[in-house]
Amino acid sequence: MKSLMALTAPLLIAAGLIAAGRRNVDAFQALTEGSRKGLDILRDMFPALLVLLPALKLLQCSGLPEMLAPLLNPLLRRLGIPPETGLLLLLRPFSGSAALAAAAELIEGWGPESLVGRTAAVMLGSSETTFYVIAVYLAAADVRHSRWAIPAALCADLACFVSSAWICRLLWG
Amino acid sequence: MVFMTALLLGIYLLSVTLALLTGRADQAGAAVLTGAGEAVELCLRLAGSLCLWSGVMELLERCGLARRLAGLLRPLLRRLFPAASRDAAAADALTENLTANLLGLGNAATPAGIRAARAMAQMGTAARDELCLLIVLNTASLQLLPTTIASLRAAAGAVAAFDILPAVWISSLCSLAAGLGAAALLRRHWP
Repeated sequence: MKSLMALTAPLLIAAGLIAAGRRNVDAFQALTEGSRKGLDILRDMFPALLVLLPALKLLQCSGLPEMLAPLLNPLLRRLGIPPETGLLLLLRPFSGSAALAAAAELIEGWGPESLVGRTAAVMLGSSETTFYVIAVYLAAADVRHSRWAIPAALCADLACFVSSAWICRLLWG
Repeated sequence: MVFMTALLLGIYLLSVTLALLTGRADQAGAAVLTGAGEAVELCLRLAGSLCLWSGVMELLERCGLARRLAGLLRPLLRRLFPAASRDAAAADALTENLTANLLGLGNAATPAGIRAARAMAQMGTAARDELCLLIVLNTASLQLLPTTIASLRAAAGAVAAFDILPAVWISSLCSLAAGLGAAALLRRHWP
């Protein structure tokens, strides 16, 4: 199981190549054209990261995390969430790029195999930019009242953060 | 977006004030410039695996993975969105939205979701709860392969970047269950 997990990427590519062979799909072309789309994603992501990462670094060394810590940490600890991920949790519903930057800091600072690094990765992977999504849909559908969408989505976010922390502690704590 | 401007303004005003008060002006000033450099480094480190994964997902999609997934999802969507499913255009857009979300194709998920939302808004009150449910489904991350996070971990030197996969799936399911549970509860009592 563990070695299968490690081979996720090559196995998936092999499966794709076999499926492509059976369906007469030009696999090489699909891979190269898909990679170009990846470059588009990166191009869209870069300006936001460039603007947000300096702001995030500034916030981190302004002394705010140290000031918030006594307030936030006991609450996070009670929920079973590593307090180090506090900033990531606060940013996650508002900005995808800022959350990505915060998670990158945690993963690199603590190491990808550390409990904090893993928890940050799982939190980021199992949540969405809630308020951004809500704004896009309500604007698009021209609805004045979001009714219960926001409380329900925030419930889902809270459940996601708490369960991420618990599962990571269970598996790698 | 006005919101991002407000967020940035808040961060800068707060940070500068705090840095002055706590005597960390030097570090704070340097942090902004190192942050910009780090953004470039982060993008460069992410580029390789992000592009590779984008290629792999494209390959799987061209092999008909999206169509097969859509077929599996239809019965489920009929139960979750009974009113919207009666409208062919809305049902198609819904399926496309959920499939794209599962495959992590954010660029395809949002337009399809918006089409579904527009169709549902036109149905008036019949689908107004289902429109909220669509929003909740889209705010819960349902991605099968979180490739950006795997790229991030690989860039930081992870041995097996995907070994967090089961944890991500379970956590996504918990989040989805909480979202659906809250939706079921709230829609009954909301005026």
